[in-house]
Amino acid sequence: MNKSADLNLEVRGLKDTLLVMEGIDKSFPGVHALDHCKFELRAGEVHALVGENGAGKSTLMKILTGVYKKDEGKVIYKGKEIELNGTKEAQELGICIVHQELNLMPHLTAAQNMFIGREFTGKNKLFVNDNEANKRAQALFDAMNLKLDPKAKVGKLTVAMQQMIEIAKALSFDSQILVMDEPTTALTESEIDELFKMINHLKAKGVGIVYISHRMDEIKRITDRITVMRDGTYVDTVNTQETDIQQVINLMVGRTIYETANEHNYTDLNEVVLEVKNLNRGKAIKNVNFKLYKGEILGFSGLMGAGRTEVARAIFGADKYETGEIYVKGQKVTILRPEHAVGHGIGYLSEDRKRYGLTLGETVEQNIALACIDKYTNKLGFTDMSSVTATSKDYIEKLSIKTPGPKQKVKNLSGGNQQKVVIAKWLLRDCDILIFDEPTKGIDVGAKSEIYKLLSQLAKEGKSIIMISSELPEILRMSNRVIVMCEGRITGELDINSASQEEIIKYATKREA
Amino acid sequence: MEKKSIFNAANAQKFLAFGALIILLIFFTLASPFFLTFDNIVSIMLSTCVNGILALGIIFVIITGGIDLSIGTVMTFSSVMAGVTITNMGMPIWFGVIIAILTGAFFGFVSGTVISRLKLQPFIATLGVMMITKGLSLVVSGTKPIYFSDTPSFRKIAAGSILKFGAEGKYSVPNGIFVFLVMAVIAAVILNKTKLGRYNFAIGSNEEATRLSGVNVAKWKTAIYALCGAFAGMAGIVMAARLDSAQPALGAGYELDAIASVVIGGTSMVGGEGTILGTVIGAFIISTLTNGLKVMGVAQEWQIVITGCVLVLAVLLDTMRKRGNK
Ligand SMILES: Nc1ncnc2c1ncn2[C@@H]1O[C@H](COP(=O)(O)OP(=O)(O)OP(=O)(O)O)[C@@H](O)[C@H]1O
Ligand SMILES: [Mg+2]
Repeated sequence: MNKSADLNLEVRGLKDTLLVMEGIDKSFPGVHALDHCKFELRAGEVHALVGENGAGKSTLMKILTGVYKKDEGKVIYKGKEIELNGTKEAQELGICIVHQELNLMPHLTAAQNMFIGREFTGKNKLFVNDNEANKRAQALFDAMNLKLDPKAKVGKLTVAMQQMIEIAKALSFDSQILVMDEPTTALTESEIDELFKMINHLKAKGVGIVYISHRMDEIKRITDRITVMRDGTYVDTVNTQETDIQQVINLMVGRTIYETANEHNYTDLNEVVLEVKNLNRGKAIKNVNFKLYKGEILGFSGLMGAGRTEVARAIFGADKYETGEIYVKGQKVTILRPEHAVGHGIGYLSEDRKRYGLTLGETVEQNIALACIDKYTNKLGFTDMSSVTATSKDYIEKLSIKTPGPKQKVKNLSGGNQQKVVIAKWLLRDCDILIFDEPTKGIDVGAKSEIYKLLSQLAKEGKSIIMISSELPEILRMSNRVIVMCEGRITGELDINSASQEEIIKYATKREA
Repeated sequence: MEKKSIFNAANAQKFLAFGALIILLIFFTLASPFFLTFDNIVSIMLSTCVNGILALGIIFVIITGGIDLSIGTVMTFSSVMAGVTITNMGMPIWFGVIIAILTGAFFGFVSGTVISRLKLQPFIATLGVMMITKGLSLVVSGTKPIYFSDTPSFRKIAAGSILKFGAEGKYSVPNGIFVFLVMAVIAAVILNKTKLGRYNFAIGSNEEATRLSGVNVAKWKTAIYALCGAFAGMAGIVMAARLDSAQPALGAGYELDAIASVVIGGTSMVGGEGTILGTVIGAFIISTLTNGLKVMGVAQEWQIVITGCVLVLAVLLDTMRKRGNK
């Protein structure tokens, strides 16, 4: 244990450099993901890594944590050059990562997931001791203020809970470097607060933390320094204190982005296109009633688990509902399956794109064309692939999806770009009613404003949009009206002119007595 | 606020298979006076052993989301190897047993290596091993059965009995059943209590995540296939002991019965879940069905048709239950 004693001294000594990455180069087939990129991390600092979708942030961190091998360059950790073969070696050196995409085993319990690969075994090294794992997990959950049963099957938990388990898992290593790749995309405000407490605690212990996020407010709040990347190259490193967010954004995109206030013009809301009456399903949906007008963006706000996604999925026919009526353009419709919803012109963009929105192993164009392959198929059943490719190219350009071409596999795109592919898919489908569930989750500022523009434009073209979002600024900026949900009920309906963050939060926490 | 009841998902799965078994037993008892006799029940149990042990092995592979088509012929080859060691070379019985298990484990190891390191599809890799072992059985035995006539105690492994009761041991329970039950306990311990079992579920649940957690997936997967092979080797011993000979031409097709047992027992072919108890019950369901139909005098051709229908029905019910549960 001499090594770790040395290490502690070093850490305590002063805020010295823990890690230097230099000249890191990495190519994937058709993509030069990292071009002689560099990065530096000190002990006891929180270091933000920012950049647009596809800038190479995740790739750089995957190289650090042994997921990918670098093509070129040096990684110097505590003064020594290291060469990693696999994640296990990285973990043993104390370098851990919370991946952007969830990496859990749904059939195992929370505790089993956390200690996978380093189970507690008795003397014989053969039998696993789940009691010990549960105890340790519980202790950690308590420290994180997390109400979670270590014995719960992960597949049954919400995305937010799964995210917290990933974080708990990373914390359970005695790590020197902890990388968090967009850890907050699925978390509620209070969960984020808990997370930040943990981060500050680790920071005080001298752990170096890399924090990747697209949320500038978080970065401002928690980080000490910011490194900006663009197109696989290093741009600059700045001190958070001394920097203005707009400056960082400009560095990121290499151009100036204008964040405008609510630009939506208030069309007269008179034509009801969708009406939901007395929708009910167990505890998840309780007596939900609302109307959606032509040409409006209806914001659905609320805390994680408020039942917004459940309502959307019920309307879309992805889940069954117990009682209730749905009217599309004044006509009562029966929606039992997604095909029915699509037939009535309703499209749904799921919040968990990996699970429900994309066929990851297929190409960009296959994904875009999936929902309306009929359009490109002749009577004999042959698909006109060249026009699929052409259309895909249009959308790749329109949404600026970062991909070498329409034939790239979707799983090789960065997280944000995957989301854009889902959006393209439903845009092509030409639905009149579009339900967007967290449309900008994991999307960078540049792409975000493009998506906002797109949504506004769609609304202007006469499409009706339901936008579920946990980001209040986004709700306030985009919606004509806001519906707030709490515990399966609609607790408030606000006009955009009178809505404020405080008021939304008030309704979002209006629990039943 | 979930209500704690014994009717949760995991239990429902066992109940379903168990209930089906009980219904079958009742049905056949009513349908035929010859069904519920001691001798017939023993015969059901004996015919469960071989298929059951194979199923206990292959469930490990199925939980990873893979498949092993070679277990039937690996079983045969293992029994031939036991025959060669014991009869042709005159080695002691225990040595022959070990050779058979090692033979099975070896071929499992080969499949596992090809699948996990060379990334061949399990279906293809084990199809190859199936053909290889089928051929080898014939080559090594010279296409003739090897009899264990010099070692009369060999057949006691399955046919002998350490448990007798009634007047003058009128009722005797054959050892094969105990071998099966002991193997089931071993399998349950491995699956639920050891690292291998844990990684088994983890790999089936999300292989990439398991790899990223620092688990050497290739190594454990290979070990899982080798374990499956070892069970096939043990099945070979029981099979040979029942027939008092190693029959080189037998064995192909047994893998399908084993897979059917596992699936009827509520294990999904997608991987990530499965129970030993379910598999044991599944194996009993298949042999009860076959036996019961035979006792009722149903023609053999029809027995197969009905077994097929039951298989599909069982899996259908199970999927419906899972969907309903969500
Ligand atoms: N396994 C892979 N195969 C091929 N290309 C890849 C692979 N992984 C990443 N890429 C490509 O490398 C580039 C950098 O991707 P990376 O995931 O590092 O971006 P990112 O900065 O994390 O973006 P985001 O903010 O969207 O998560 C992208 O163009 C992506 O398409
Ligand atoms: Mg990323």
